[in-house]
Amino acid sequence: MADLEFRRAIRDALDEELARDERVVFFGEDVAKPGGVFAVTPGLFDAHGEERVFDTPISELAITGAAFGAAVSGLRPVIEIMFGDFLPLAMDGLVNQAAKYWYLSNEQASVPLVVRSAVGAGGRFGAIHSQSPVPWFQAVPGLRIVAPSTPVDAKALLKGAIRDDNPVLFFEHKRLYSIKEPLPDDPIEAATLGEARVVREGGDLTVVTAMRGVHDALAAAEQLSADGIELEVIDLRTLRPLDLPTVLASVRKTNRLLALEEGPLTGGWAGELVARVSEEALGELDDVWRLTTKDLPIPYSPPLEDAFLPGTDAIVANVRGRLVAA
Amino acid sequence: MARATTNAAAAPAPAQELSGPAQHGLELYRRMLVIRRFEETVQSLFQKGEVHGTTHLYIGEEAGAVGVGDVLKAQDRAAGTYRGHGHALGLGVDPQALLDEMLGRASGVCGGRAGSMNVIDLAHRLIGCFGIIGGSISAATGAALALRREDGVAVAFFGEGTTNHGYFHECLNFAAVRKLPVLYMCENNLYGEFTPWEDVTAGEIEARPRTLGIHTETIDGNDVWAVREAAGAAVERARAGEGPQFIQSMTYRFVGHSRSDPGAYRKPGELDRWKQRDPLLVARTKLTGELGVPPSGVDEVDAAVEAQIDAMIEAALAAPYPDPSLPVREFAPQAEHAP
Repeated sequence: MADLEFRRAIRDALDEELARDERVVFFGEDVAKPGGVFAVTPGLFDAHGEERVFDTPISELAITGAAFGAAVSGLRPVIEIMFGDFLPLAMDGLVNQAAKYWYLSNEQASVPLVVRSAVGAGGRFGAIHSQSPVPWFQAVPGLRIVAPSTPVDAKALLKGAIRDDNPVLFFEHKRLYSIKEPLPDDPIEAATLGEARVVREGGDLTVVTAMRGVHDALAAAEQLSADGIELEVIDLRTLRPLDLPTVLASVRKTNRLLALEEGPLTGGWAGELVARVSEEALGELDDVWRLTTKDLPIPYSPPLEDAFLPGTDAIVANVRGRLVAA
Repeated sequence: MARATTNAAAAPAPAQELSGPAQHGLELYRRMLVIRRFEETVQSLFQKGEVHGTTHLYIGEEAGAVGVGDVLKAQDRAAGTYRGHGHALGLGVDPQALLDEMLGRASGVCGGRAGSMNVIDLAHRLIGCFGIIGGSISAATGAALALRREDGVAVAFFGEGTTNHGYFHECLNFAAVRKLPVLYMCENNLYGEFTPWEDVTAGEIEARPRTLGIHTETIDGNDVWAVREAAGAAVERARAGEGPQFIQSMTYRFVGHSRSDPGAYRKPGELDRWKQRDPLLVARTKLTGELGVPPSGVDEVDAAVEAQIDAMIEAALAAPYPDPSLPVREFAPQAEHAP
């Protein structure tokens, strides 16, 4: 059986949506003829032509603002902002224009726009090519944030994001691009956004995470299982809005919640999740906490970066310390 | 301000005796006058506490929006600025719905959700008004990507101060490379907020688009016919595939930047000189001169607009506010997208 690589899944989703709906267009820096700096989008230019797949100037204001203008005028643009760290350059178009249009216009038109962006640390890219910019956008009503963890899910969620009528930030973790999983027999259909998934069942602790964190949490769960600690791992898949019911159902079973986020402690989605769960189910919680990075920039040097990230070893040590101490 | 009288309204100029250009000119004058009276009304209702927050008035610049609006086709669209009431009315947005929006009423063009700086009316080709400078430029640039599939053209209104913004440089280059059908309509009213444009702008504004290979022109922005002619030609060049177009429309705002600005920075005599070139005065002179409209014909338009605005104010003040208890949807519901 053939394998599906994460980057190929992204490419195939774009290819199929471009073929399915002529309103879909795709543009960004180096995405068309060069095929993308992460080699994610080769062949789309040849397959769909220069009018629908094109390279842009290095102009994030223009790329994002133009995508907004196109989206409210009949197209369904997908753009690539090469690194998530570049999104501050595109904030006005996303936060002030795209996110508010449906509401401000009194529902005259929605903004079917997808922003693909490579995020995440661990690649030795340093402080300004490694961030996960979820916190910058989670306080913005009207935006969806999608963050897949597997190739099949990446394809299903990107197709779902392109068909969604709202502005969607679609974050691709750089340390997932090369992972593979068996290609399923059935076609991969568009997924509904906003639904989390229990990816491992366990009775002792609910670990809620996303993207690379799902793989680290699953590896940690295998190690902890040898100690007799069974983790239930939830892949959020969509970070805004959060799928609270799926998390609450799990917490009501395990009575413990760990929110595992690759990002600073302050202001992240983990804090928001902990707050929401506490409001809804405080009486059913025996323990609740977060494992994140420190409130510091991401370091470059490999030993520093490895120690900075909440990877598998850190999760195992953290959970052992917390549960055994308790 | 003289109020409309029944006598004035009852003394119509015989429209059938006017030439086509005269009738058309009278209509352009009427649209500019609606904007002028609308803006005076917003100012007055602001002082009475009926319009809230802040407002940026288009008084003195009416020929720009009316001249451009008159040459656009049904498939075209435009994006305006925070000084956008004129842009909206020039495109044909219902003045009553716009005034209701200013007053935050449910019958406003955006249901009272948007207010003065953020008006959107797609049914009348207005992509939106953008409260942060440059937003109109990128919105129109992107709209052009879509509109060229339907032989449409997008227009971005913006002030000369925006030519120092990243949006301007990024989007004009983007549009030139893509040969997008878009008209960049730079309304140079000489001041970016309180600062004279020449104090903060290096070189010539027109040189900036020109170096990108974009067709440029500087025009008298207070002559609605001049605006109409230049914009019409530019829009049709864009529609014909000649790529983006740039017009610098020289004009002047007779009021402050926003409601709190007394305009202390103006040079001595400058305002008076520009008032000699008031777009309404320019139009009236041409109408009653070379176009042969009797003064009573223009007076009749004045009276009709006065009456229209008076009725609008009454209706707007009587319109209900939006109901805060009604449900609001954060996201657009999923539609069926199979082509």
